[in-house]
Amino acid sequence: MAQNSGPGPAADRRPLVRFEGIAKRYGEVAAVDDLTLDIRPGEFFALLGPSGCGKTTLLRLLAGFENPGAGRILLDGEDIGAVPPHRRPVNMMFQNYALFPHLNVERNIAFGLRQENASRREISGRVAEMLALVQLEGYGKRRIGQLSGGQRQRVALARALIKRPRVLLLDEPMAALDKKLRAETRFELMELQRRLGTTFVIVTHDQEEAMIVADRIAVMNAGRLAQVAPPAEIYERPNSRWVADFLGEVTLIEGRLAPGGTLIASALGQLKVAADPAVAPESSVWLALRPEKLRIDTERPAGEVNALAGTVFEIGYRGDISLYKVRLADRSLIKVVLANTTLGGRAPFDVNDLVWLSWPAEGGVVLSR
Amino acid sequence: MSTDPKTRTPGRRFVLLVPYLWLLAFFLVPFVIVLKISFSQTVLAQPPYVPVLDVSAGWQGLREFFARLTTEGYQLIVSDDLYLFSYLKSLQVAAVSTGILLLLGYPLAYGIARSPRGIQPLLVMAVVLPFWTSFLIRVYAWINILQRDGLLNEVLLRPHLIDEPLPWLASDTAIYIGVVYSYLPFMVLPLYATLERLDVSLLEAAADLGCPRWKAFWLVTLPLSLPGVAAGNLLCFIPIVGEFVIPDLLGGSDSLMIGQTLWLEFFSNRDWPVASAIAVTLLALLLLPMLLYERVQRRQMEGLR
Repeated sequence: MAQNSGPGPAADRRPLVRFEGIAKRYGEVAAVDDLTLDIRPGEFFALLGPSGCGKTTLLRLLAGFENPGAGRILLDGEDIGAVPPHRRPVNMMFQNYALFPHLNVERNIAFGLRQENASRREISGRVAEMLALVQLEGYGKRRIGQLSGGQRQRVALARALIKRPRVLLLDEPMAALDKKLRAETRFELMELQRRLGTTFVIVTHDQEEAMIVADRIAVMNAGRLAQVAPPAEIYERPNSRWVADFLGEVTLIEGRLAPGGTLIASALGQLKVAADPAVAPESSVWLALRPEKLRIDTERPAGEVNALAGTVFEIGYRGDISLYKVRLADRSLIKVVLANTTLGGRAPFDVNDLVWLSWPAEGGVVLSR
Repeated sequence: MSTDPKTRTPGRRFVLLVPYLWLLAFFLVPFVIVLKISFSQTVLAQPPYVPVLDVSAGWQGLREFFARLTTEGYQLIVSDDLYLFSYLKSLQVAAVSTGILLLLGYPLAYGIARSPRGIQPLLVMAVVLPFWTSFLIRVYAWINILQRDGLLNEVLLRPHLIDEPLPWLASDTAIYIGVVYSYLPFMVLPLYATLERLDVSLLEAAADLGCPRWKAFWLVTLPLSLPGVAAGNLLCFIPIVGEFVIPDLLGGSDSLMIGQTLWLEFFSNRDWPVASAIAVTLLALLLLPMLLYERVQRRQMEGLR
């Protein structure tokens, strides 16, 4: 399985968290359906999927706010199914932060330690440590209402980390931040995770966020795992059309894999592909092409490559890159990304230009489902 | 929003003025009149007090008017223990009832707020339902229940919980029963309003940080519901202090609440100045809890902003 591949940190050690045949239903709807998943100690793990795919339910099951209808949740090899949330050595950073509005920053952060009856000296020391960790020194006496969104997010983070949890759960931690702040916070979170060595499990619907921060990603769809692998593997070698389509841009070309396993017969002609032992020859397959793997030229390029002629149908200018949609002979559209590297910003191609698209045999992925 | 400010302003100004005009007409003016009467003297006349302001007498009349104002009414209130006891009795009844109301109303409001969303309006309706019957009729019903051969004694006698009927009526117990019954919705509704708005994820956060449920109630739910507690207490305490109907119908005649004393002064003694002085003093006394509430509210607003 893809789950066992990939050089995540400490891949050889036993899992810290194990979901074993977990199912959770709400009435007729299965939020999580017979799911088995391992999270390794020290990794930054992302649960990624569209809304309603069950990723938040999975996180809440781990925190103890929900009880699974079936299956076991193991933490460090021990079944924590019967442990109430306030006794689980995991802490959560809530999507809306859930900071206590009647307590100041300091008391919010200290809340978890106070429940352990820690000494006053220890509490104040650890609170100061946490304030420094999230760069909020001097904000201890502020009321929550006086903080900006970014500052609230840091307080929530400090509050969840002060008890030194075995696993930190982050529920859409950056959903409430604006784009620029989100980009900075991602790297701060990664840096923090590396420094503390704590296992982080993040729930997000933002694929870019998951790709950047996580060591491994579990892509979820309709309560099941679609693929579990490091970000690059998920992007470069998706295991299904659904995953390929969910992560980033892709063009899917339907065809039939020829007996040798290196040729696909499609409506666009014979397309050369790299042989994949996992895909049975003479079956119906899809060729997934990432837009940045394609070359676009005015002349037919020479060499052992796939080449298709078409006309530029639409150009989506994004500043750093442009997304071209090229219409092929069979009227289908294929997406190509081009970095806008030339100064002056003159587009190299125009709408209705005749162009050639080309890619090497190993430029696409053959998918059987 | 490109309407010309010149055409918009008068209408807006009027809208803003309405509450002030309302307060002026129905609070400030009557209050000034009562205040004036409280500094007058009783006479057997129509109206039963002097001086009466005679605007036609001009400057001289005005000066004479002020010269004849007196603090006799207030002096009487201070000198006679009757009034002091009456005030204390009112404060005691209001404080004890408000305490009982809070103890009854909080769990009730909490229960409603934690019920399934669908049935919450129904439960709130059940709390408000008694309002559909006249207040006076409901208090009379309590006379029926509390009297010697009434429902309460019957219920207690049947299973031999008591050996002979108890004299419920014309006692402080009857006042408390009547007051608590009548004011319960005023306690439950503001409490429900704050508890219903409470973010459930705050309780989850508390649990996540190692706080068991019962403790989360004390550390999170209760502090965050304090505005509702303050509102409910105020909505009950203040009118109970001035309550007249319930103690008059259900209570005994040995000690009177201030509302009853005021009624006696006004209707039986026809001593308008003393009655007015009682009313003004009561208002001054009630200002204190209101200012306290104001402070609590402002602090809460700052925290929640």
